[in-house]
Amino acid sequence: MTIEKLKEAVLKVLPEVDVVIGYRQGFDPLHATPFFMTKPEQVDQLIWNQLCVQNLCSYLPFLKGKKVGVIVKGCDSRAIVQYMQEKLIERENVKVIGVPCLRVISVKKVMAAINQQSVQEVTFEGENILVKTPEGQKTLPLADVAPRKCATCQLATPLQYDLLSGDSIQSNKPQDTFEEIKEFEKLSLEERRAYWEKEFDRCIRCYACRNACPMCICQDKCIAESRDPHWTSQRADVTEKSMFHMIHALHLAGRCISCEECERVCPMDIPVAKIKKKISMDLKELFEYEAGMNPDDTPPMYTFKMEEANIKEREL
Amino acid sequence: MSYVAGKELRIVGFLCNWCSYGGADTAGVGRFKQPTDLRIIRVPCSGRVNPLFVIKALLNGADGVLVSGCHPRDCHYSDGNFYARRRLEMLKRLLPFLGIDERRFHYTWVSASEGARWKNVVTDFTKAIHELGPFHQKEEKTE
Repeated sequence: MTIEKLKEAVLKVLPEVDVVIGYRQGFDPLHATPFFMTKPEQVDQLIWNQLCVQNLCSYLPFLKGKKVGVIVKGCDSRAIVQYMQEKLIERENVKVIGVPCLRVISVKKVMAAINQQSVQEVTFEGENILVKTPEGQKTLPLADVAPRKCATCQLATPLQYDLLSGDSIQSNKPQDTFEEIKEFEKLSLEERRAYWEKEFDRCIRCYACRNACPMCICQDKCIAESRDPHWTSQRADVTEKSMFHMIHALHLAGRCISCEECERVCPMDIPVAKIKKKISMDLKELFEYEAGMNPDDTPPMYTFKMEEANIKEREL
Repeated sequence: MSYVAGKELRIVGFLCNWCSYGGADTAGVGRFKQPTDLRIIRVPCSGRVNPLFVIKALLNGADGVLVSGCHPRDCHYSDGNFYARRRLEMLKRLLPFLGIDERRFHYTWVSASEGARWKNVVTDFTKAIHELGPFHQKEEKTE
């Protein structure tokens, strides 16, 4: 898929909508940043490469009532499906420009590989990314610097789109078997408790994970910041921090689309997506349900069955 | 002094107004001997119980949390406990992942007439919590 094709698609959509959301170059060559296009002359600045990581669908519930065009990757499209299930967007008011994508890049992984040097130039060459720093040039294989979610991606082509820029492709990756979660569950209870205490203790409660989350749609009146009800206090201890992460995780139960934006934006590198993944795994086992796959589904926590096939009566 | 030997522990119980709270009342009227570690919070329905109530209680000093509602199909609001069952089952599976022993949390169904069953639930759960000991070790030491 070429950038010309994408620009063409954006120009086609632009007259019908109030704004088209895409990506443009950020503050350095390694960062792409969201770009709100309202005029055709802005489209020149549009970019598309593996650095376009952010899920742009997150803006849609906040733009409800407007006509919006948005550039959507396969993984991002699950957010659109989930919004449709929960009636958070009016699908007819959203023009989805789908782009096929095989993998993106984790900026954190690249920065770690180049020792946090400043980036002067980034070029893509086949299956490699070439990063130029004051120390010299480094060649990194794309597969090595891809985020974890790309390794088990099943959605190379978006589930929902009005226009597809490029050809529809099939993913050739293995399905997610939740190995990481199962491995973690082999640890003893004490080890697990110590692990989370250590991880959550680093949290600075910047709420970046919440703000980046496409499904955190009530973040403007979040109970983690409310005084009435007073779920969490301002005390900076691990109990309050854990409580915040529990609020985030449980409000996403059965709704989390595993985009791992929470983990990507965490400035303290806390594995926050792990808890959400665990819940997704359980809900898959219990209710054979995956969030954001079919617009006609009902999230499992919004419904019930008289007889639950997989829930047994608990005895003491 | 608790009916179960040792220091009294803090157990929080969320009981639905229509069944389990009535069941606890029946047990009281029937003068069944019960441990006194449980502190009961009356809620309109087990469907009112947010899994975060349980987590908040456990993180902030409770040693165990018990949720009890009407038997499935007996809900006063017809389907509250069906929702509760899904949420609480999800929570039950999540707690050990966070390093909290799943035995510290239990959910069950007790009807208003089941005074004897209520007594058994409280006794067994309190015993289980006493076997596990206090959840917040550090706090106990400073006391």
